[in-house]
Parts: sequence; C-alpha cells; structure tokens
Amino acid sequence: MRYIEPHGHMVSRTTDDYEAMVTAGCAAVCEPAFWAGFDRSGVEGFHDYFCQLTDYEPKRAARFGLPHFCWLCINPKESEDVALAEDVLGIIPKFLDRPNVLGIGEIGLNKNTRNEMQILERHVDLAATHSQLILVHTPHLEDKLKGTRLILDVLKADSRIHPGRVIIDHCEEHTIERVLEAGFWAGITLYPESKTTPARAVDMYELYGQANIWLNSACDWGRSDPLSVPKTALEMRRRGHSAQTIDRLIFQNPARFMAQNPRFQLREGA
Amino acid sequence: MTRQEVLDLYFMDARSKLIDLAAFLDRVERASGESDFRLAAFEQALSLLRSEQPHKAKAVLLSLSDPSTEPIAKAPGKGACGAWPGVQPAV
Repeated sequence: MRYIEPHGHMVSRTTDDYEAMVTAGCAAVCEPAFWAGFDRSGVEGFHDYFCQLTDYEPKRAARFGLPHFCWLCINPKESEDVALAEDVLGIIPKFLDRPNVLGIGEIGLNKNTRNEMQILERHVDLAATHSQLILVHTPHLEDKLKGTRLILDVLKADSRIHPGRVIIDHCEEHTIERVLEAGFWAGITLYPESKTTPARAVDMYELYGQANIWLNSACDWGRSDPLSVPKTALEMRRRGHSAQTIDRLIFQNPARFMAQNPRFQLREGA
Repeated sequence: MTRQEVLDLYFMDARSKLIDLAAFLDRVERASGESDFRLAAFEQALSLLRSEQPHKAKAVLLSLSDPSTEPIAKAPGKGACGAWPGVQPAV
C-alpha cells in the first residue's frame, strides 16, 4: 500500500512517527503552517518557523527517504492580531520560491471574527497575486458550519481564484456537500475525538463522491494519529473496497491536487 | 454492503458507544451542581437519533452548530466547546 499524508504538522512529531509512516507506505508528507500552541511574540518567530518548514524539516524527513512539502501562512488562530498578521504576510513572498513550498495554507477562520476575515482575504489576495495553490482550514466544532460558509463566500467573491486549485480541509457531514458543489476540493481529517473517525470518513467518501476528496491525519501536538490514513485504508478493505479504489483516495487524489504545483515530485517508483 | 454486513461490521462498536453515552448521562445525573447549555444541546441532538429522516450524522452536527452568518467583533478565546450556546431555530 502507498499513501500520501497531505496534512501533517511534522515539527510536532517524533522521528519514530516518521519511521512508522514510511513503514506504513507513506510516499510524501505535506505540512501546512500552524499555530504553535502559543502565540508567537513577533514576526521573527514566524521567520524562524518558515525556515524550519522549508529547510530543517525536509532534511529530517529525508533521513527516512520521505519527500517533505509545506504551505505558508499565519494560522487563523493568530490572525486576530491584525498588525502581527500583516507583518507575517509581508515576509511570506520571500519564502515562496523555496523548493518544497506548495502554496498558501492553512489559512481560514477560527472563531469567525472580522479580523480573521480581513486576514483571510489578504491571504487569498497573496495567493492570487503569486498564482499559489490554497489550503484552507475550517473552524472547529460548533464554529465549522458558519466558518465554512464565510470562507466559501470569500473565495467565490475573488474571480482570480479557481476552485480546482483550492482544498477546503476538515470537512464533515454538514459541510462537505456545499464545498464539493462549489467546485472546491474537500479534505477529511481523521481525529480520535474532534473531527472524523475512519468509518465516518469512508461513509462520506461513499455518499458524496469520489473525485476531489483527500484524507489526512492533521497530526500535530494534540490528540491525533499520524497513521490514521492507512488505518482508514484498512477500514475501506473491511467494507470490500478494491485496492484500486483505496489507492485512488489515499494516493492518487492528493497527488493529483498537489501536482498542480510542479514542485510536487515523488520518488521514482512511488 | 448489505444491512447484515453493516451489522456484522459495526454493531459491537455502536453498542459500546451507546453504553458509553448512557453511562455519560448517568454520570451527569449523579453529579451535583448546575449543568450548562452543553447538556441541553446534547439532549436535543440525542432526540434526532430517533428521527425517521436520513443523514442523522449531518442533523446532529447541524444541531450543535452556530447557525448565525455574520462575523463576530472579537474572538472570545481560541477554543471551541462542541455546542453553540444560543437557541437553535425551529426546523
């Protein structure tokens, strides 16, 4: 079995996790910029983080033969501070030419505030200006429905944005239809508690179409499982899905989306 | 899959989760003090499970969601608690 982890916060994970993922068949890992669990005190912290994502972490992954890619932004959890967010937006362009950068992400909303909306629009403009792919975070739990609606409104209002170049992540049963119907890619995140279980993810895959969906673990420093994608493949096997169908969902689909950026290259034979 | 196959694969897992739900409600009842909006939201969502309508997972998620459409002025914090404190509009 082969798979791609299209959303993993590997700076939070151990080398044992890298080893386990590669052993399970991981062919590439992609790391969106994330909240550190605390608010950074200034733009210098983001500069260092972007260096970590574009320099150090690819080397760490390479020790396990694993291609590492990343996405850059200030995460919505920190975009309530507009002045800081503007400073961070100002340094992102100089990192966009780094060889493992796939686009802008994970941008989006957290508590659906006006400031978060303002910084979301600035990120969308940055992506459009630099012809970047976009990876969107949708809010947690009770805020997800409203946030997904607001995010779709922002994206659809910008005529430069092509839905096929945007993945809207962390979709659940109450948001996935509207994302796919609007032409965007939908990500399903597998978490032990707060997002989706493997069984529910496979339900959505069976119910809502099989073309433009990817699965991810979004593994980070919280409760999460870096092997949840291959475990969901096992769930599909239990239901009788073919090896080809499983491969399409966990390998071909994310590869097809990310290959829109020519930097996304897998090892020969993957 | 046939219904028999679904039951063969998932009944024990669902049974375990059902008993966990019952035990959670027992635990809440045994505890002292006041509850808050989360328990009311939970009980409202539970009632949806007996509905004849399809897409129960979607209905439960919607019942726990903020239905408003305008951005708020300021974030009350960074986290989410899993239920919306307001009154859901009638369906």
